[in-house]
Amino acid sequence: MNTEQELKQFQERIDNGEKIEPKDAMPERYRKQLIRMMSQHAHSEIVGMLPEGNWITRAPSLKRKMVLLAKVQDEAGHGLYLYSATETLGARRQDLVEDYLYGSAKYSSIFNYPTLTYADICVIGWLVDGAAIVNQTMLAKSSYGPYARANLRICKEESFHKKQGYEMLAKMASGTPEQQKMAQDAVNRWWWPTLMMFGPHDSDSPNSAELIRWGVKTKTNDELRVHFVDRMVMEAEAIGITLPDPDLRYNEETGHWDFGLIPWDEFWSVVKGDGPMNRERIRARRHAYEEGAWVREAATEYARKQRLRAEKAS
Amino acid sequence: MSSNDSTEWPLWEVFYQPKNGKPFEHAGSLHAPDAEMALLNARDTYARRNEGIAIWVVPSDQITASTPEDAGPFFDPANEKPYRHPQFYSVPRAVKKRS
Repeated sequence: MNTEQELKQFQERIDNGEKIEPKDAMPERYRKQLIRMMSQHAHSEIVGMLPEGNWITRAPSLKRKMVLLAKVQDEAGHGLYLYSATETLGARRQDLVEDYLYGSAKYSSIFNYPTLTYADICVIGWLVDGAAIVNQTMLAKSSYGPYARANLRICKEESFHKKQGYEMLAKMASGTPEQQKMAQDAVNRWWWPTLMMFGPHDSDSPNSAELIRWGVKTKTNDELRVHFVDRMVMEAEAIGITLPDPDLRYNEETGHWDFGLIPWDEFWSVVKGDGPMNRERIRARRHAYEEGAWVREAATEYARKQRLRAEKAS
Repeated sequence: MSSNDSTEWPLWEVFYQPKNGKPFEHAGSLHAPDAEMALLNARDTYARRNEGIAIWVVPSDQITASTPEDAGPFFDPANEKPYRHPQFYSVPRAVKKRS
């Protein structure tokens, strides 16, 4: 479908708020952009297990350990919802996974930062999952049916992730002076990278306009970021945490909080592979994939033998 | 080590029944080597919070679906039969009020 007439009809469906389903006609570029964006989203969920998984064995109590385990398992689930949604576009799961392990596919840069203390686990829940909710709530209205439905499912689970983080951080922020210091330090380190999660400014985001025209996204990077900052200013204040931005100011005219300059040089250097944890993350993921190969092969072989046995018996 | 050969497990579609008495609905899909593993994976992937009380898994290639291109003529016959709906019939006014 690439004639002018077909493109026009497709755009009309989008403008009418119709959902596009896997077997519907769609422009090749729409399919390509979705595969890129959705698989990137899936990879992010999977890589996202690493920084938090790092602390499971050292959780401060049994309760926190159970919570963190459940949360990390959810992230695996989110990755799986998204991979299976991407496959409805005709992409092969193995190709998607290998394109990021050995190729050029990207994942969210936020996971290329280290988790230095347990306070980082609190802050990831509060800020990183908080930002993810803002983004995914929008994507739950995406024009591509399977992607919208996957995000809806994700959003339902993500609010537990954010709340457990916020609750822990609040506790830490009202704890001993050392705990308060730890909590504030983690917020200081994660605040700016979290703001970068929404992507470059609209003026520097080449894909944005097209994705919005096609209803894949319904809000721009900057709109989402402003919405997020407004909410976080309020939540930080409520638990006595200071956001590390001296330029943060309420703007009477816009009704939003103005914030300082985001360090974009850092963002681009992390995207290009030079963040503190890029190499470690990809090493860990390759290791898991390669060391797990025998399990996948053994399960296939077991299934084959069971099938043969059943055929023989009949 | 890039293994681009097809060692991928087959694809399954997952359906679950959200509550007793409700119809099954489609949850999504997953990969599994056999039906038994597909059921276990379906529980771990799509029912971590009691979303379903029963699960079906079906090999994706066993599903036959109508195609969007033929949706028009395929569903047309239903359009011509308004007499299948109760609104097609008139009822005496006195009776209408009571219902």
